[in-house]
Amino acid sequence: MAEALVFYIFAALCIFGSIIVVTHKNPVASAISMVLTFFFTAVLFILLRAQFIAVIQVLVYAGAIIVLFLFTVMFLNIKEDAMQFDGRNIAKKVTFLFVIIAVAGFFGSKLIVNSGQKAPEIENFGSVESVGRELFTEFLLPFELTSVLIIVAIIGVVTIAKRSKSS
Amino acid sequence: MISYIVLFPLIGAIINGLLFATPLKKIIFGNNTESWEKKAVGFIGCFAVLLSAIVSTILFFRLLGLAPADRLFIQDVYTWIPSGELDVKFSFLFDSLAAVMSLVITWVGFLIHVYSVGYMKHDKSYARYFTYLNLFVFFMMILVLGDNFAMMFVGWEGVGLASYLLIGFWFEDNEKAYAGRKAFIVNRIGDFGFILAIFLIFMVFGTLNYQEVFGKLADANFVQSISMASITAIALLLFVGAVGKSAQFPLFVWLPDAMAGPTAVSALIHAATMVTAGVYLGARCNLIFTMSPTAQFVVLVVAAFTAFFAAAIAITQNDIKKVLAYSTVSQLGYMFMAIGVGAYAVAIFHVVTHAFFKALLFLGSGSVIHSLSGEQDIRNMGGLRKYIPLTALTFLVGTLAIAGVPLLSGFFSKDSILAIVYDEGYTVFWLIGLITAGLTAFYMMRLYFLTFEGKSRMAPKVESHVHESPMSMTIPLVILAFLSVLGGYLGFPEFMGDTIGIDDSNLIERFLQSSIYQHEFKILEHRFLGHWTLALLSIVAAGLGILTAFYIYMVRPSVLNSLAKSPALNTLYGWSYAKFYVDELYNTLIVKPFNHFSSQLSTFDRYGIDGLVNGVSSLVVNTGRRVVSTQNGLLRYYATAMAVGAVVIILIVFI
Amino acid sequence: MEVTLNHYIVLSVILFVIGTYGVLTRRNLIVVLMSLELMLNSCNLAFISFAYFLGDLTGQIFMIMAITVAAAEVAVGLAFVVLIYNHNNSLDIDILKLLRG
Repeated sequence: MAEALVFYIFAALCIFGSIIVVTHKNPVASAISMVLTFFFTAVLFILLRAQFIAVIQVLVYAGAIIVLFLFTVMFLNIKEDAMQFDGRNIAKKVTFLFVIIAVAGFFGSKLIVNSGQKAPEIENFGSVESVGRELFTEFLLPFELTSVLIIVAIIGVVTIAKRSKSS
Repeated sequence: MISYIVLFPLIGAIINGLLFATPLKKIIFGNNTESWEKKAVGFIGCFAVLLSAIVSTILFFRLLGLAPADRLFIQDVYTWIPSGELDVKFSFLFDSLAAVMSLVITWVGFLIHVYSVGYMKHDKSYARYFTYLNLFVFFMMILVLGDNFAMMFVGWEGVGLASYLLIGFWFEDNEKAYAGRKAFIVNRIGDFGFILAIFLIFMVFGTLNYQEVFGKLADANFVQSISMASITAIALLLFVGAVGKSAQFPLFVWLPDAMAGPTAVSALIHAATMVTAGVYLGARCNLIFTMSPTAQFVVLVVAAFTAFFAAAIAITQNDIKKVLAYSTVSQLGYMFMAIGVGAYAVAIFHVVTHAFFKALLFLGSGSVIHSLSGEQDIRNMGGLRKYIPLTALTFLVGTLAIAGVPLLSGFFSKDSILAIVYDEGYTVFWLIGLITAGLTAFYMMRLYFLTFEGKSRMAPKVESHVHESPMSMTIPLVILAFLSVLGGYLGFPEFMGDTIGIDDSNLIERFLQSSIYQHEFKILEHRFLGHWTLALLSIVAAGLGILTAFYIYMVRPSVLNSLAKSPALNTLYGWSYAKFYVDELYNTLIVKPFNHFSSQLSTFDRYGIDGLVNGVSSLVVNTGRRVVSTQNGLLRYYATAMAVGAVVIILIVFI
Repeated sequence: MEVTLNHYIVLSVILFVIGTYGVLTRRNLIVVLMSLELMLNSCNLAFISFAYFLGDLTGQIFMIMAITVAAAEVAVGLAFVVLIYNHNNSLDIDILKLLRG
């Protein structure tokens, strides 16, 4: 019962936060709101017995990615009038939002009708130990490959940034 | 081996055409034309034809070494059109008929090539000229050596193309370009008949190969199973093709206009290649013609009329080349008369002798024109014998040969044709032929006298420049003169041979027997005495023509004036001079109504077809104008489209 | 009243749709990127809830991979944003009209 209460509260917060992210005029406010959304999602992760993932979510998203966003916004020093273009066509956008939510509601109602599934009780599910064991045994190769991906991304970013400097 | 005959001229054409006649030359050899380049071009052109002439000679002697029944070489190169029932091979056939034709074409062609080296020396498109010339020989050899109708058609069309290119060689001049087009279009009419004939042959025989077609025709069972009407139709359609290419009435109009090309080309077209293609076609399809008496009669009538008609026109023409052109039409009429009575070997014999003396005459006239710096009107000539004796002498030989003076080549071949026509019972046609022979003698001698004898009527400026042509031009003339004298003895008539005690005298006819399916070839010995009479009559006709010409143009030119006073003769002269208004007739009957019809069609095209087409295009344009707004380049727009699409797909899956 | 898989999936769908809305309507490049992150996040949520309700850790492992990819993507994407801003002096996505037909 308490779990359900927590879920509903944080689900509502998540939705609220995301709406602010996509609608707020100021990118900084959007970014801050996004951090909060990610925090709320992390709480939901804990509810889902994914403690390790929740921590990673907070570390990577809230810690790294959002800082990157904020940093970029600050770095570009965007003036208010450079953002004017986003203020137009509000009516259209609102209509669009309603259409999208209607479609989503349609799918949602389809899903709600089906009765839910109960989670099996597994010892140590989602603990650091079990995730780590899985990660370094069965999924070792993909895990290593992600490091390659990150290296590639780093090199790519450095190259792009360098070019921007020369021009 | 046979393919080399075809290959050498092609190689020559390719080298000259791709290397010297294109801008490539400028890249390789620099901008200005060096004299060695012209020499190289001429050498390549001549040498290519010489090689193929040598190859055909070698093959000819090999053929001679075989028994008459085995005289046949076939070379399969590859399968050209493998398409169900239609299986056309690219293969060559070298039998006695092809041998005679290829010998004449390559050797006479070679002489004309050599002559051209001198004749075209000052032309800027020297390499282009030799390219076309080699191409001409190449296509002609394809025509002659191909062993099925499809290949003959390739050569047929190719010769048409080459002649178009050469007649319109000086295309800067509208008149000449127009003459080229005229030749091409008139030939198309004939080709239309020929291709219909090919279709019909395939329908009836199921094959296009000569051996198979004629083999089936020789088979009595097969002949029973098909209708004779189809054979007649084939023969007539083939003849339509031959009428176009060999310039018979009513499609002869292109040949006199073909004089627009360089004179050496005229010689090539008139003597060795092109016009003989129709006769070759007739001789090749001898069995088809023989089996259809109707078609034969049509051929005979058309041929006799053409022979006479052309001779009647030639009498009054003043252009040296036009006279020769009409004489060619007339001589071709003789050849087709021979085809019409089933004397194919004699027709080919006349092709050979005609090739000799007509090449000689044309090259001679070319030499005259060359020495007079382009003058072609015989009214502005006269007395040229003093200045260019060698040309005059050889020209005289050619004139006498075509006039039918005894012991020269033209006499034998023409007389053989007339004899057979008479022998077959067509006395009327024989008479026409005889009269034509007299006319021929008359107008050819007129040409000779007006050109070479009498007083000079040249412009003084021209007269001071008259010069004998270079060696490269006169040597072919001399060779051809010898051939014109001696060529006739190839077909020395048997009845004469018997009289002076020579057996097996008619060499060419014996040789050609193996290609001609008509085994019961009529031997004329039984009309021994009658034949001598016929020969005598021919001689008389020729003599009369010559003497009349001599009298009118040499002894008493004043006769002309008194003749001109007679209104009837005047009218006749006017008609003949205007070529009996054939061109005008075609203009009124065909060209103008066609133009009118075309302009009607063009109106329909402009409003009907174009309306439709424009409607479609404007529909597309308008749609595009509307649709183009979707391609606005906005990423968000595209992303939305993608999302909508995804949603639709999910909807479809869910519902 | 129990929280079932369906609840999480619906939540995930809602978050995803909101993210999509952001991507489709916002013209500010940075906000578009953020909206993309939201979409990714909603997918992660779906993964985690499936992992939990199916008792299979693969979903969580997959989420780790997804986070890595998201981090790389944001890094590269923001580098491009900087480039584009330097070039155009604007973050308006509608300026990028190279796809115009």
